[in-house]
Amino acid sequence: MDMILVPAVNMTPILPEIFLSVLAMALLLFNVFAPGGQKSYLAYFSFIGIVGAAVLVGAGWGSHVESFSGSVVLDNFATFFKMTFLVAAGLTVLISDKYMEREGCNHGELYPLILFTVVGMMLMASGTDLMTIFLGLEVMSVSLYVLAGFNRANKKSNEAGLKYFLLGAFSTGFLLYGMALIYGATGTTRLYKIAAIVGQMTLPSANIMLVAGMLLMMTGFAFKIAAAPFHMWTPDVYEGAPTPMTAFMSAGPKAAGFAALLRLFLVALPTLQVEWSQVLWVLAVLTMTVGNITALRQDNIKRVLAYSSIAHAGYALVGFAAGNGTGTAGILFYMLSYAFMNIGAFAIIILVAKKGETNGNVSDFAGLGFKRPLLAVVMTIFLFSLAGMPPTAGFIGKFYLFSGAIQKGYIWLAIIGVLNSAASVYYYLRVMVYMYMKEPTEEFDWVQVTPSIALALAIAVAGSLIPGIVPSYILQFAQAAVKLM
Amino acid sequence: MSNVLSLTTFLPILGVLLLLFIPKDSKGVLRNVALAVTVVTFVVSLLILTGFQTNAEFQFVENVPWIAAGPFIMRYNIGIDGISLWLVILTTFIMPIAVLSTYTAVEEKVKEYMICLLLLETGMLGAFISLDLFLFYIFWEVMLIPMYFMIGIWGGKNKIYAAVKFFIYTMVGSLLMLVALVFLYFKGMQAGIQDFSLLSFFTLKLDLATQIWLFLAFAFAFAIKVPMFPLHTWLPDAHTEAPTAGSVILAAVLLKMGTYGYVRFAIPLFPEAAHQFAPLIATLAVIGILYAALVAMVQEDVKKLVAYSSVAHLGFVMLGVFAFNVEGISGGMLQMINHGISTGALFLIVGFIYERRHTRLITDFGGLSKQMPIFATIFMIVTFSSVGLPGTNGFVGEFLILLGAFESQLRWWTIIATSGVILSAVYMLWVFQRVMFGELDNPKNQKLLDLNAREIAIMVPLLVMIFFMGLYPKPFIDKMDPAIKKLVAQVRVASVNAQMVPPAAAQMQMPEGHPAVMPQMPAGHPGGAMPAAHPATEAAPAPHAAPAVNPHAAK
Repeated sequence: MDMILVPAVNMTPILPEIFLSVLAMALLLFNVFAPGGQKSYLAYFSFIGIVGAAVLVGAGWGSHVESFSGSVVLDNFATFFKMTFLVAAGLTVLISDKYMEREGCNHGELYPLILFTVVGMMLMASGTDLMTIFLGLEVMSVSLYVLAGFNRANKKSNEAGLKYFLLGAFSTGFLLYGMALIYGATGTTRLYKIAAIVGQMTLPSANIMLVAGMLLMMTGFAFKIAAAPFHMWTPDVYEGAPTPMTAFMSAGPKAAGFAALLRLFLVALPTLQVEWSQVLWVLAVLTMTVGNITALRQDNIKRVLAYSSIAHAGYALVGFAAGNGTGTAGILFYMLSYAFMNIGAFAIIILVAKKGETNGNVSDFAGLGFKRPLLAVVMTIFLFSLAGMPPTAGFIGKFYLFSGAIQKGYIWLAIIGVLNSAASVYYYLRVMVYMYMKEPTEEFDWVQVTPSIALALAIAVAGSLIPGIVPSYILQFAQAAVKLM
Repeated sequence: MSNVLSLTTFLPILGVLLLLFIPKDSKGVLRNVALAVTVVTFVVSLLILTGFQTNAEFQFVENVPWIAAGPFIMRYNIGIDGISLWLVILTTFIMPIAVLSTYTAVEEKVKEYMICLLLLETGMLGAFISLDLFLFYIFWEVMLIPMYFMIGIWGGKNKIYAAVKFFIYTMVGSLLMLVALVFLYFKGMQAGIQDFSLLSFFTLKLDLATQIWLFLAFAFAFAIKVPMFPLHTWLPDAHTEAPTAGSVILAAVLLKMGTYGYVRFAIPLFPEAAHQFAPLIATLAVIGILYAALVAMVQEDVKKLVAYSSVAHLGFVMLGVFAFNVEGISGGMLQMINHGISTGALFLIVGFIYERRHTRLITDFGGLSKQMPIFATIFMIVTFSSVGLPGTNGFVGEFLILLGAFESQLRWWTIIATSGVILSAVYMLWVFQRVMFGELDNPKNQKLLDLNAREIAIMVPLLVMIFFMGLYPKPFIDKMDPAIKKLVAQVRVASVNAQMVPPAAAQMQMPEGHPAVMPQMPAGHPGGAMPAAHPATEAAPAPHAAPAVNPHAAK
């Protein structure tokens, strides 16, 4: 048993977390004491802070520092995921301002809450102790519940917040129960120690407490990453939440869920890989298929992307089920690319929508292609990237995910994956059909691209295209990240 | 000079960048710039033709690292041999014609149209020159995007249905091919192959069961593109709805991707499986020839008729290719180019009358030859070429295909397929008769104008090629001959290994007493380019030579 003692604390691994927390609290105070209804400067400060945090995170590349007696680690895996979260948060901050103003809910707490979410996600990625991961998850989730219901004058947003909270709390129960069982089976919450103890068991797969703990934890995380059959909350929450928050939720927390899951399963439970990869196999197939088939029937574009986001979690699970270097590196690459392309697509949705979240159907995009050609081209790039067409990041990501499965011998999983991918093309094409092939019914004169959204779109386009054409660097980073774990 | 291939391929992209800076209302400038870009591309591609050495090696090779991460190494590895040479030239040759055909046909969104055309050209050229399987796949997929927009934006009434169908059909096939590609890569990795290079995979020995699965995945993707019966249903829709330039490119180049895929990838990579499936594919090809011809006969829409005739022609190409001898494959390759020229020309012709009358129904016409004599003459020549009249290009290709296939194990298939030649004459001449001859009784047709100078200029290069290739095909065959011989040798080596295994499909369909060794082919056929005696004829596998054994025992 660990004695309660004050460990030698090395703050380096959580430097970005500390920085962001301090910034968030400062912004909260600033919001209270600073005058005026105009809250844009909070967005600018947050963005600058996120860039600063990215510099801090980037400086940690290549190092391996454990701290807090092994409950937090700074390694390449954590660094890669932290970068992904910062990309998601940075883009979200850039696209939030205009939307919040239009919907009349530009309250100052928004940006600090986003930053707190990032802190939670970062802890999930760097936690090497069940408790650290759980704390990170809670910090993230609680902030997210508020963010989902942030548009408090809007019923749907309230519904989203409440639904997310209830189901999220419910799933946390599963997770915690699973962690408790794992602790019961191994007597420790440190991932490395769990691995060592499980490794010494003669037949770990026959240890019911351990296996049940593993399955319950998987269930808890499956809620968070919106994997079928635990995805029911996703469409309603994604549709009701303010659009920038939907964008953020689909990219950031999903990546964080994968970060924690990957570390848990690959570090703590590698001996049970045969068992969990079979479960993930089934989960991946269900998630992809359910997500894609239901997305085919949606008319609201936020719901289309919500269901497609379920499907994307399924693609990532394919790489996870493979569990090898190719597949897991594919997850890292894909989560980063997904942040760019999905938040980019949501940015366009924000631009096209009108006050009160109206004008949000796929058919409302009719004629955008020739009324606002540049925006439509940008949207087309995001959609093709989501559909996995070369030469985009989405293609390379899927290529590595499915290749991982093929390398592992899961040919059928890869085939089901690509067929799903082909089915998904239909609903992405549908948006393009409306943009380019239907006569415009509107002039789109209310669509105003603010400088911050333009910056977000430029970053997102670069992030969706460049890794598709010259992916080597990011892939090598991703592979270095999973290797050292 | 050393990177003239890259230059040819990416010149159209440079053209796109140029077009972006031209305001979208200056339609004339946009058209002329696009035309200039395609003409320059064609001229540059002629450097490839003149610099091409007549041998079996890949030439103008460029091979630089591109992606290196994890288990995968992808290279920018391009080059051409006699097989891809003519397809590259065909592409660059057709593009200026396609651009020129849009001058009056496309009035809306000219800038976007030209950008699509140029992107498409880069995609097509890239696919023909790729020697890295991954690079090939990228180009193969990229091609879809501009074509999708061309059909969907500038197409006819049913454009959206046709565009989406085209996209998803092709996508399903190519994604399965992608799985096979990755699987092949990992197989290669076990054998010490380090990258996606096609040439390394040629040396890879795979057991028959693996070959069969991989061949099926590749063949499925290519069969959709060809398209082969029964996967052809997207084609009539796509062709009918696409704007003229789109149909021309679709027919002239895009369909060749499928047949090229067989010749370049599916057959040499998995030769034993290809032999196994030859009877099945030949059966589908023959069904395609007859079925498409019969369907073409009853079409009321001229464009649909031409679309179905494409299916029939491509059936001939497939038959020739799966004969696995020099005549058959040469004929198939030649027929690909012929089909590109004559069917491209037919779509242009349909486009001309559609622009004038805004209808394509055969019953709306009749007696046009009186009003449009130049048009009638050109239409007639192209019809003859499509039917395969001696003296035109269509004859040489079809003849070689039938000759090659007859001497291979596909003799009985050939005999049935030959009736397709007659059927094609029936539907083509019949439509010509109904449109051109008879009474000029429809008042709307009585004031039709004959072709103008631009339209004649579009057709002249095609007509020249029709006669040139019909009367003197030697230069074409000579350039491709060494590469085809090499391919035949590659396939033969494997077929000797495969002889122990009787193909299941062949057992059902092969007639009794099929000769294992074919007679020598008669000397002196019209091309005059072929050596009189081909060793390849002995390569025909003898499926009945051995009793059934476990496929794994063949190795």
